[in-house]
Amino acid sequence: MHETTKHETVFTGDARTRLSEIMTRYPTKRAALLPALWMLQEARGWISDDGMTEVAQVLDLTPAYVAGVVTFYTMYHRHPVGRHFIQVCTTTPCNICGAEGVVDAFLEHTGCGELGTTSADGRFTVIEVECLGACGFATPVMVNEDFIESVTAAKVPELLERYR
Amino acid sequence: MGYPHKSHPRETVVLSEYFGDAEAKTYKGWVKRGGYKALEQAVGLGPAGVIEEVKISGLRGRGGAGFPAGLKWSFMPKEKTKQHYLCCNADESEPGTFKDREIMRWTPHALIEGCLIAQHAIQADITYIYIRGEFTEPLEVMERAVAEAYEHGVVGPNASGPLKEMNIYIHKGAGAYICGEETALMNSIEGRRGNPRTKPPFPAAAGVFGMPTTINNVETLAAVPHIITKGGEWYKGLCRSNPKSTGTKLLSVCGHVAKPGNYEVEMGFPLKDLLYDLCGGIRDGNALKAVIPGGSSVPILNEEEAEGCLLDYEGCVEAGTMLGSGGVIVFDETADMVFQIMRLAKFYAHESCAQCTQCREGTAWTVRILQKILAGNGEMKDLDLLLDLAENMTGKTICVLSDSCAAPVVSGIKKFRSEFEAYITGVRAPVMAAV
Repeated sequence: MHETTKHETVFTGDARTRLSEIMTRYPTKRAALLPALWMLQEARGWISDDGMTEVAQVLDLTPAYVAGVVTFYTMYHRHPVGRHFIQVCTTTPCNICGAEGVVDAFLEHTGCGELGTTSADGRFTVIEVECLGACGFATPVMVNEDFIESVTAAKVPELLERYR
Repeated sequence: MGYPHKSHPRETVVLSEYFGDAEAKTYKGWVKRGGYKALEQAVGLGPAGVIEEVKISGLRGRGGAGFPAGLKWSFMPKEKTKQHYLCCNADESEPGTFKDREIMRWTPHALIEGCLIAQHAIQADITYIYIRGEFTEPLEVMERAVAEAYEHGVVGPNASGPLKEMNIYIHKGAGAYICGEETALMNSIEGRRGNPRTKPPFPAAAGVFGMPTTINNVETLAAVPHIITKGGEWYKGLCRSNPKSTGTKLLSVCGHVAKPGNYEVEMGFPLKDLLYDLCGGIRDGNALKAVIPGGSSVPILNEEEAEGCLLDYEGCVEAGTMLGSGGVIVFDETADMVFQIMRLAKFYAHESCAQCTQCREGTAWTVRILQKILAGNGEMKDLDLLLDLAENMTGKTICVLSDSCAAPVVSGIKKFRSEFEAYITGVRAPVMAAV
């Protein structure tokens, strides 16, 4: 288990107003769960057990229910990740265009060495991701919210310069 | 206008006319290009009139199933006794498919207009546009366009007539291929795990939040404004082969072609011409080995079958595959079909929601057996085992994810058996460590 620290709740002030506005879009409170989890992750970088309890309280759900939903979706982080979270598509269309070489280049140049681990300087985490939906622009890569098309192994060092 | 390439003279540019044209993204730019006239016309036609026009057009669902759109809309209750919903499926994640992404990036108002026309036709109070979480740019563009639509009184409190009572919201996904399955998508909107639901009840009877719901793909809805302004008969005329397949289709071409990208052609366009003419042929002058024409969930075609295939719903079935979502994955002579089929199976194993045993276990074991073969430890009986497994994964589960994993395995073994045998007999050196 990761060490959890007590935080001020995410859902106060403007964030609470934003969540309340989102809740008006749906007939149930439960439906605001995915948006609430996105807000939590944006604020904290990942979703801890405490964070899930917080979301559960604000939406009148049980923490166990929230955990069930969090663990279903791959984009919610259940543990802290590097400051720059890198996702490389390696599904078939990208794979046949050299995606595995792109992954290797990222692992080498970020210093991560292995998939899913964070570099010693805390800057990078690299993972393989299933189809990013940009197959004609192989290989698409996401660095946090940035969606970058047509990445090749040779372009990786230059691309990483932007995130140093 | 094409994107990222210029339109080819043999393309029939309807949905992709403004791809690459940044001004078309804005409300003003869209209106200048004739936008939102269709919506006005649709309101004048009334729900029944809109449904009739779409029925005449022959428009079929572009997400993969090819179900007639007008007919789907007509399943919604005519007498409204409770809330009705429209869900726009923008969870595009079928490997090989990247058309909805371009529609949203370049012509967000075309999608909004299509949604509102459909919403009017099925008397829906709310549209949820479910966009996959990884689509950060389309999400941003669509959010901005929806805000503009409210601001300019296209929909919501500033609008007039039936549009005043309507709302349109973006719902951001969080990483799950299965949420592109319509009932899983509804569960995800409701704040649940994205597990598909058993049918019946069908969404038109009990959909999202238990209310009558219609789910349409982005490309389907984006075609609707054109059908309203130019007429169902006009759309029906966009057809090169079977009259049951009408209109244009955006084909996303990826893999080993010289010019990958989206190409818009009339239904019935020859796959051979798409590859060798529009896409500039196979990269580096290599020979073609295989094509998956409808996204990764459909059977693989060999070179001969691909070159004879006409791209519409019936033409693909005749060639032994399906048009699906129109994601065309091209493999040249250098592709290792055994490895790539394993990689596809791995995708399905990763994306299985794990509700059904046949899928949860079947996808995982398919990967393991294929990896055993790739590691040089395969036996001939493994091929029969894979086929037996595939048999038990087809038509046995709540949704078709399991069937989708079986399709490339079965067609792959049938059409490229010698490649599997080469690993098993040791003719080909192992490419994976033993697992």
